[in-house]
Amino acid sequence: MTIQHYIFLAVALFSIGVIGVLTRRNIIIIFMCIELMLNAVNLLLVAFSKMHSLAATAADAASKAGTEGQIFVFFIMVVAAAEVSVGLAIIVMMYRNTHSVDVNFLNRLKH
Amino acid sequence: MSNLVYLVPLFPLIGFLINGLARNSLSKGMTSVIGSGVILASFVVSILLFLQVKEGNAVTVTLFDFINTGKLSIPFSFQVDQLSSIFLLVITGVGFLIHLYSTAYMHEESNAHFARYFAYLNLFVFSMLLLVMGGNYLIMFIGWEGVGLCSYLLIGYWFKNNDYSNAAKKAFIMNRIGDFGFLLALFWMIQHFGSLTFGEVFARADGMNMNDTVLVGITLLLFLGATGKSAQIPLYTWLPDAMAGPTPVSALIHAATMVTAGIYMIARSNILYTLAPVTQGVVAVIGLATAILAATIALKQNDIKKVLAYSTVSQLGYMFLGLGVGAYTGAVFHVMTHAFFKALLFLGAGSVIHAMHHEQDIRNMGGLKKHLPVTHWTFLIGCIAIAGIPPLSGFFSKDEILAAAFSANVVYWVIGVLGAVMTAFYMFRLYATTFLGKFRGTHEQEHHLHESPAAMTWPLIILAVLSVVAGFVGIPAVLGGSHELQQFLAPVFAGSVKLQEAHHLDHATEYILMGASVGAAALAILYAVSRFSKKPDLEEASGFGKLLQNKWYVDELYDAVIVKPLRGMSAFLNNVVEKLGIDGAVNGVGKLVHYGARQLRLLQSGQVGIYLLMMVIAAFVLFIIQLFVK
Amino acid sequence: MDPKDVLITFPELLLWFPLISGLIAFTLKNGNSAKNWAVTSSFISLAIAVTSLFFMDSGKYFNLNNVSYYWMPSIGSSFALKYDGMARLLVMLNAVAFPLVFLSTYKQNYKNPNSFYGLMLLTQAGLAGVFCAMDALVFYFFWELALIPVYFLSSIWGGERRIQATFKFFVYTFAGSLLLLVGIIYVYLRTPEQSFSLNAFMQASIPAVQGKFIFWLFFIAFAIKMPIFPFHTWQPDAYEQSPTGVTMILSGVMVKMGIYAVIRWLIPVFPAQTAAFADLIIWLSVIGMLYASFLAWQQNDLKRLIAYSSIAHIGLMCAAIFARNESGLDGVMVQMFNHGVNVIALWIVVELIERNYGTRKISELGGLAATAPTLTVFLVVAALANIALPLTNAFIGEFLMFNGLFEYGKAVTAIALVSIILAAVYTLNMIQKVFYGEANMSLAGVGAPVLGKGAITALAVIVVIIFAAGVYPRPMLELTQDSVNLFFNKLKGL
Repeated sequence: MTIQHYIFLAVALFSIGVIGVLTRRNIIIIFMCIELMLNAVNLLLVAFSKMHSLAATAADAASKAGTEGQIFVFFIMVVAAAEVSVGLAIIVMMYRNTHSVDVNFLNRLKH
Repeated sequence: MSNLVYLVPLFPLIGFLINGLARNSLSKGMTSVIGSGVILASFVVSILLFLQVKEGNAVTVTLFDFINTGKLSIPFSFQVDQLSSIFLLVITGVGFLIHLYSTAYMHEESNAHFARYFAYLNLFVFSMLLLVMGGNYLIMFIGWEGVGLCSYLLIGYWFKNNDYSNAAKKAFIMNRIGDFGFLLALFWMIQHFGSLTFGEVFARADGMNMNDTVLVGITLLLFLGATGKSAQIPLYTWLPDAMAGPTPVSALIHAATMVTAGIYMIARSNILYTLAPVTQGVVAVIGLATAILAATIALKQNDIKKVLAYSTVSQLGYMFLGLGVGAYTGAVFHVMTHAFFKALLFLGAGSVIHAMHHEQDIRNMGGLKKHLPVTHWTFLIGCIAIAGIPPLSGFFSKDEILAAAFSANVVYWVIGVLGAVMTAFYMFRLYATTFLGKFRGTHEQEHHLHESPAAMTWPLIILAVLSVVAGFVGIPAVLGGSHELQQFLAPVFAGSVKLQEAHHLDHATEYILMGASVGAAALAILYAVSRFSKKPDLEEASGFGKLLQNKWYVDELYDAVIVKPLRGMSAFLNNVVEKLGIDGAVNGVGKLVHYGARQLRLLQSGQVGIYLLMMVIAAFVLFIIQLFVK
Repeated sequence: MDPKDVLITFPELLLWFPLISGLIAFTLKNGNSAKNWAVTSSFISLAIAVTSLFFMDSGKYFNLNNVSYYWMPSIGSSFALKYDGMARLLVMLNAVAFPLVFLSTYKQNYKNPNSFYGLMLLTQAGLAGVFCAMDALVFYFFWELALIPVYFLSSIWGGERRIQATFKFFVYTFAGSLLLLVGIIYVYLRTPEQSFSLNAFMQASIPAVQGKFIFWLFFIAFAIKMPIFPFHTWQPDAYEQSPTGVTMILSGVMVKMGIYAVIRWLIPVFPAQTAAFADLIIWLSVIGMLYASFLAWQQNDLKRLIAYSSIAHIGLMCAAIFARNESGLDGVMVQMFNHGVNVIALWIVVELIERNYGTRKISELGGLAATAPTLTVFLVVAALANIALPLTNAFIGEFLMFNGLFEYGKAVTAIALVSIILAAVYTLNMIQKVFYGEANMSLAGVGAPVLGKGAITALAVIVVIIFAAGVYPRPMLELTQDSVNLFFNKLKGL
C-alpha cells in the first residue's frame, strides 16, 4: 500500500467528520464526528511517520527519524480522552437542563 | 505748559469714573457739579493751551510707550497744535454748555440714571479729546472707537425701548464698517511708512509721487472710516436714527463734535490727501452727493430732530466737499461755525421738546413764538446762520467752501448752491411751522407750555452769540478781512498749500458768487416763511414728496440688499452647512461605525453550527491562500 | 559660574503642587472642605506663579527655571521642563483662571465635591505640564492628563445631553491625540540620537514626502484642540453641556494648548512644511473666522454663541501664527492670555444668568439691565473686550495680529477684518436681546439677581485686568519677547 492510500483514507475520514459536524444537530453525533476528525489526523501522522522512518533507515540503519510523529499521536489521544470526558460531562449537563441533545437549542450564546 | 496737556482728557476721565462708579450714591446736584465741572476744568486748560499754541508753541507730549515690539513702536502721545487746539476749544466749550443744559433737561431721570448719563457724556468727551489730541493714528483710533462706543451707549440710553437700542446698534455697526477701513489704512501705513506718528508719516509721504497707489489706497480706506463716523454716503443712515438719544446728546455728539471726527482726521492727514487727487475727487463727489441727498430728505421730514439730523448730514457733506477741493481751512472753519449753530438748533429743539412734553412732530406745534421767547429768538438766529445769510457765521464758512468748489469745478458750485437753497428752505419751513402760526397741539400741552429754566436758556444765548460772531475770525480778503483762522492754521496745512495750484478768483467773480448764493437763499427763506407760517404742510405727502419723506427708501434698500441676504446666509450656514454638512459628516462617521457594528453583530447568531461552518470556510480559505498565493 | 541646582524649580512646583493637592482633594469627603481646599490651593498656585515673575534673571545663580532629569533613559526621554516667557504667560493664565473659576462658582454646589475639585486640580496640573514640557513624551503625557479629567468632569456634572457631547469631545480629541502620538513616534525615530527632546526634534531629518504627512498629523491634533474650522464641531456641544466651571477652563485655558503647541512643537519642528502649507492654513483660519462669526449670529443659547465667538478669535490667532512675523506672534502671545481672561468673564456672566433666571436661551431673556445693572455693566465690559475695543486688553492682541497678517497679505487681512464688523453685530445683538428692552414675560416674577461676593470679586478682577492690560500692555509684551525672539532665530537658522 502506498502512502496515497493512507492519505485518501485520512482525507475521507476527515471530510466525513467535517460534514458530520456541520450538518448534524445531535450533539453526540457531532462529538463522534470530531473524534473521527482527530483520528483521521492520527492516521495520517502514523502513516507519514512510518514513511519517513522507512526512508531514513534505508539510508542509515541507526537513524531514529520519523518517530516524533508517533509520539504526537499519543499526545493527541490523551488530549482527545480529556476532551471526551469534559465534553460528555457538558452534554450530560445540557441534557439535564434542556432535555435535548439538539445544538440549535443552545443558541443563547449570543445573549 | 506741556505738562498740562494730559490734564485735558484726565478731567473728563475722572468725572466718568466718579459718576460711573458712585452712581448709586450721588445726588443729582453732585452729579451735575462733577459732570459739568470736569468739562469746565478741561475748557480752562484748553484755553491756556490755545494761548500757548497761538504764540507758536505747538507741543507733542509722550506719556509712555504703548506698543513697543521689535519693529513697531507706538507711543501713547498727545499732540497739541493749531488744528487740535481749535477742536479742543470747540469740544470742551460746546461740551460744557451742553453738560450744563443737560443738568436741567435730564432732570426727570432717577439719580442713578442721571449719573449714568453724565458718566457716558464725560466718557464721550474723554474719547473725543483723545481723538483730537492723539499724536499718532493709533491714539486717534482709540478715541475714534471710544466716541463710537459712547454714541452707542447714549443713543441707547433709554434701553427699555427696543427701537432706540436698534438705532444704537445700527450706529455702532455702521461705525464699525468705517473702522474696518480705518484699521486697514493703519496697517498699510505701518507697512509702508513704518510708523503711525503724524510727523513721521507726513514727512515720509511728502516725497512720494502724486497718486501713488499706496497713498490712494490709504486715503480711500481712511475716507471709508470717515464716511462711517461722519455719516456720509453710503454709511449715513445711522445718524438720523441716532436721534433716539436724549436731545443734548444729539447736539453734542451727533452735530457738534463726534460726527466732525472724519473732517478732523482728513484735515489732519491733509498732505496724504493732497498727494492723492484721485481720492480728493472721490471725497468731493461723495460729500456733494451726501449734501444734496440729505437736503432733499430734510425737505419733507416732520420730526423736528430728524430735520436737524438730515441738515447735519448735509452740512457734513459740505465740509467733505471743502476737503475734497483742498479748502482744508474752509472745512475746519465750517466745522467750528456748524458746531455753534447746530448745537444751538438742537438745544433749541430740545427746549421745544421739553416744553411740549416730548412731542417731536412739528405738525402738532406752531405759534410757539410767544410762549418760548428765548428759544424762539435763539432758534431764529441759528436758522439764519445755517442758511448762510451775512454777517452770521454760516455765511463765511459756507461761502469759503463754495468759492473753493467753484475754482475746482463749476458743477460742484452749482449743485452746492442748490443744496444751500434747499437748506434755507427746509430750515425756515421748520422754523415757520414750529414757531409761527397757530398752536396745533392739545389743550393740555398748551396749558403747560413754558420757557425752559435758566440752565437751558443760558447755553442757548451763549451759543446764539457765538453763532453770530464766530464768522468774524474768517473774513475773507475780498470783504476786507484778513482771515485770521487761515493764518492761525497755516502751519498745519503748509505742506498741502505748497503742493496745490493757487486759484485766485478775482473779486468781481467772488462778489457774483456770494450774491447769487445769498440771494437765492434769501428768496428761499421768504418763500418758506410766507408759505408755512399760514398754511403748514400737514397732510400726508404723496408722489415724489412721499419718496422724500421715506428717505428715498435707502434703509429699505440696505435691508433688502445687504442685511437680509447676510442673515439668510448666516441661517444657511448654521442650519445646513454646520448641522448637516460638517457636523453631519462627523456624526456620520459615528453613525457608520455604529451601523457597521450592528451589522457585524448579526454574524454572532449563537448557532454553534454556523460558527463551525465559518471556521471551516476560514480554514479552507487560508488553505487555498497558502497553496496558491505565494 | 554654573547656576546651582535648587531643591525644586518653579515649573516643577507649579506642576506638582496642583497634582498633589488634587489627589488630596479626592480624600476630603465632608461638606465644603474639598471646595475650600481647592480654592486655597488655587490661590497658592497663583502666589507661586506671581512670585516666579520676579525671578526671571535669577538663573545666573540658581537654576530656578529649567529642569531636566532622566525619565525613561532607555528610550531617550527625559523629564525636561522649561520656564520661558511663553510658558510663564500661559502658566500665569492657568494660575489666574482657576481661582477665578472657583471663586465665581463658589455658590454652586456640585455633588461629590471631592471628585469634582480633585479632577479640576488634576486638570490644572496637566495644563501646567503641557505649557512647560520640553520633551515630546512628557508633553504628550500631560496633554492627555489635561484631557481625561475634563472628560469625567463634563460627563458626570454636565447638562442633559452631556454623554453625547462629551463622547464627541473625547473621540475628537482622542483621535487627535493618537495622530499626535504617531507623529511623535515617527519624528522620534528620525532624530539623530533617538531622543524625545524638543531640540532633538528640531534636528530630526524627515524626508520631504513623509514630512508632509507628519506635519498634518501634528497639525490636525492641534487644530482639533484649538479648534479651527472645520475641526470645531465638538466645541459648541462640549461648551454647552459642560458645567460652566469646566467650560471656563476649556475655553479659557485648554484651547490655548493647541495654539501653544503650534508655536512650540509644530512650526519649529517642521519649518519647511509650515512654509509650504501656511497659505492653506491661513485661508482655512480666515474662512473659519467668518464662518464662526456668521454662526454666532444665529445662536440662541448664550453658551453656544460664546463658543462660536471663541472659534472666530482662535481662527485669527492661528492665522497670525502662520503669517510668521514678529508682530503677529507678539499679538498671539498677549491674546492667548487676554482671550482666556475675557472669555472667563463672559462665562461667569452666563453662569450668573443661568443660576438666577434658570435659562441661557436668548429668546427667554430680556430687559435684564433694569433689574440687574451690575451684571449688565460687567457683561458690557466683557463683551466690549470681546470685540476688541481699544483700551481693552484684547485690542492690543488683535491689532498686532491683524498687523502681522497684513504683512503677510493684504487681501486676506481685509477679509479677516470683516470679522470685527460681524463680531459687533452678534455681540450687540446679544446685549440688546438679553439686557435691553422690556423684561421678558417669563421673567416677570424674578427680582434682582443674587450674584454672590465670589463672582463679583472675580468679575471685578477681570475688569481691572482688561483695562490694565489694555492701557499698558508693555509688561506682557516684554514677558514673551524671549520666546518670540527664539522662535524667529530658530526659523532663520533652519
